[in-house]
Amino acid sequence: MSEQLTGAQALIRALEHAGVDTVFGIPGGAILPAYDPMLDSTQIRHILVRHEQGAGHAAQGYAAASGKTGVCMATSGPGATNLVTPIADAYMDSVPMVAITGQVAGAAIGTDAFQEADIRGITMPITKHNFLVTDPADIATTIAEAFHIASTGRPGPVLVDVTKDAMQTQGVDFQWPTELALPGYRPVTRPHPKQVREAARLIAAAEKPVLYVGGGVIRARASAELKELAELLGIPVVTTLMARGALPDSHELHFGMPGMHGSVSAVGALQRSDLLITLGARFDDRVTGKLDSFAPEAKVIHADIDPAEIGKNRAADVPIVGDCKEVITDLIAALRTEIAGSGRTPSYDAWRGQLEAVRAKYPVAYDEPEDGTLSPQYVIERIGQIAGPDAVYTAGVGQHQMWSAHYLPFEKPGHWLNSGGLGTMGYAVPAAMGAKVARPDKTVWAIDGDGCFQMTNQELVTCALEGIPIKVAVINNQSLGMVRQWQTLFYDKRYSNTDLHSARIPDFAKLAEAMGGVGLRCSDKDSVDATIDKAMSVTDQPVVVDFVVHRDAMVWPMVAAGTSNDDIQIARDMAPTWDGEEL
Amino acid sequence: MSKHTLSILVENKHGVLARVAALISRRGFNIDSLAVGPTEHPEVSRMTIAVSVDEQPLEQITKQLNKLVNVIKIVELEPSQTVQRELLLVKVKADTLTRGQVLETVQLFRAKVVDVAPDAITIEATGNPEKLEAMLRVLEPFGVRELVQSGMVAIGRGSRSISDRTLRPVPVPPPHVQSGPPTVQARPAERSHHANHPVPGPPPGRAAAVPNQH
Repeated sequence: MSEQLTGAQALIRALEHAGVDTVFGIPGGAILPAYDPMLDSTQIRHILVRHEQGAGHAAQGYAAASGKTGVCMATSGPGATNLVTPIADAYMDSVPMVAITGQVAGAAIGTDAFQEADIRGITMPITKHNFLVTDPADIATTIAEAFHIASTGRPGPVLVDVTKDAMQTQGVDFQWPTELALPGYRPVTRPHPKQVREAARLIAAAEKPVLYVGGGVIRARASAELKELAELLGIPVVTTLMARGALPDSHELHFGMPGMHGSVSAVGALQRSDLLITLGARFDDRVTGKLDSFAPEAKVIHADIDPAEIGKNRAADVPIVGDCKEVITDLIAALRTEIAGSGRTPSYDAWRGQLEAVRAKYPVAYDEPEDGTLSPQYVIERIGQIAGPDAVYTAGVGQHQMWSAHYLPFEKPGHWLNSGGLGTMGYAVPAAMGAKVARPDKTVWAIDGDGCFQMTNQELVTCALEGIPIKVAVINNQSLGMVRQWQTLFYDKRYSNTDLHSARIPDFAKLAEAMGGVGLRCSDKDSVDATIDKAMSVTDQPVVVDFVVHRDAMVWPMVAAGTSNDDIQIARDMAPTWDGEEL
Repeated sequence: MSKHTLSILVENKHGVLARVAALISRRGFNIDSLAVGPTEHPEVSRMTIAVSVDEQPLEQITKQLNKLVNVIKIVELEPSQTVQRELLLVKVKADTLTRGQVLETVQLFRAKVVDVAPDAITIEATGNPEKLEAMLRVLEPFGVRELVQSGMVAIGRGSRSISDRTLRPVPVPPPHVQSGPPTVQARPAERSHHANHPVPGPPPGRAAAVPNQH
């Protein structure tokens, strides 16, 4: 039995069947037919954003905060091309997302019709998969396939481009499929037992193992398993930018975030390790630094759900393809068997002691500006302390992102949303909007930069009108801070085009008010707490706090691009020492 | 760098060639030769791609290709265990003085003459790339006026087939519709149909179109 719908009704019905409750989007010519039945749907809340990029990042934020698949919708041509950045972002950070775009009528495809863009061709390299639907009979199956592909295996964005005439067709036989024909799509989630046993054997034989934990552990919701694995033998853990919160920062086995701006203990742990137990991480260049000098003594166990990540940058001694949750669960069992079989429990006490000493000696820390201006790190630290680990935090990209990664309290998975792989400035505000829609019970703070904020702040209007009371902290150093930092360090302080003058223009507080929010401003340390408290007390409107901070605060530690992690500096021209020798 | 031949089974769908070719170029590899055509299963096409890469990058590109949803299977064909063929059409200058020599070459390489003009001969030849190269070396002194060559196709020796595999469909979780009847209804609503009670019946057309081979 089936029923007769229009193509557009079939599309909305299919979205309902896929479990969609929220769509972020903007209508336009080619997608117009879909917006008519959208009006009748009581299941789907459509949030009318102000720019398609906002829709895309909001869908990402929604997905990352809820674990569900985020959905965004746009019209053909410019609507679709405005989704390109968030789609690329979701691809790099493995965010489950389905983007629906309208396309010009099938007969007009290829004629350079008004608002025509080959969005399927454009997004081929930045989607997990994409579809062009010209036959209305294919709509239900295609939507089912899109959600299946986006949310299983290594999650990622899927784009469904639907022609206008397919949506306008009458008498479409709607049938939600009971099975899908995807002969080329079989993600492996169960790890191979032999590989897991081999990994257990290596761990038991290691002296200086480290759990190198990436975003895959967050996506697999494997935090509890990770904790159990780490505690089983007392193995030190480092969490990458994408994995902050996978193990609580306060846990004694947590040694911080590795990478270009990682803590000395985390970078040092990887560099001096003899075994990297890599879980859902991908040896990104921002973590490894110069690849041939990365963790030179270490053997590598590499577990990832995406086989193509294994051996891509660093050869793996024990490759394991599988979902992190299942891999870790099996690994715990295999380790217990290994220990029981050998009658010997490995001890990493000496190694851990060494790392604890480094962690104590080189905590991630900052100096207050000498001129009495506000320290950006202090502001972020206080927001984290006042809002607490139960809040959801998003960040843009740059200095404020790195400071957030260091100074916010990461105690739980899924509370830290940022653009790690693509590094998209402007991510914070729309992602916070999406996160707040997904988790209305949570306080959501966007920690943003003054550069980033000026890229996507229009979504505050959406937040004000749709009742999405997010909080935005603009860490206003009046410049494109990370670029300025590089100009300071590597370009002889020649500040080409990084001065934004944003202490003066725009007035962020007034801008917030103009967009229907509450605008606050703070430029001295004594009023930071009171300002944050005031922002916390507003629960029915978006709030923007303009924190005017010192413009030359820098992100430390730092491994300069293209150099070895061994050359990490804790401040300008200051290298840490390791057991009396330089790291 | 060494030459490798990949046989790729793909779904016979719009845009698959573009996906495969674009992925290879995006990841920084060059295709030496590419051929694509139908197989014994109408819904499956087969690509034969020759690339010159080292072992390690080859593994990476194979893994990346495997990630494409429309790619069903990739097999690297060992040259010694494989029959490889290319098709070549070449138009060679040949007048009354040289025609005899050209025809001799054609016979030597078991090629065929497919067209003759007063001053040229068009030759069709098939063979592995080495044989065709050798033939061209002999023909070149006569003057090659035009040359067109197909991509290489290759098939493993013996009785095994790389397309022996089960194309099982993937089960879909039941619809998630929150409660009650669907909110989007055909207008005028002719029947009321509860979306959270999925309709039993035959699998949808696309699943049915792919035969199960066990």
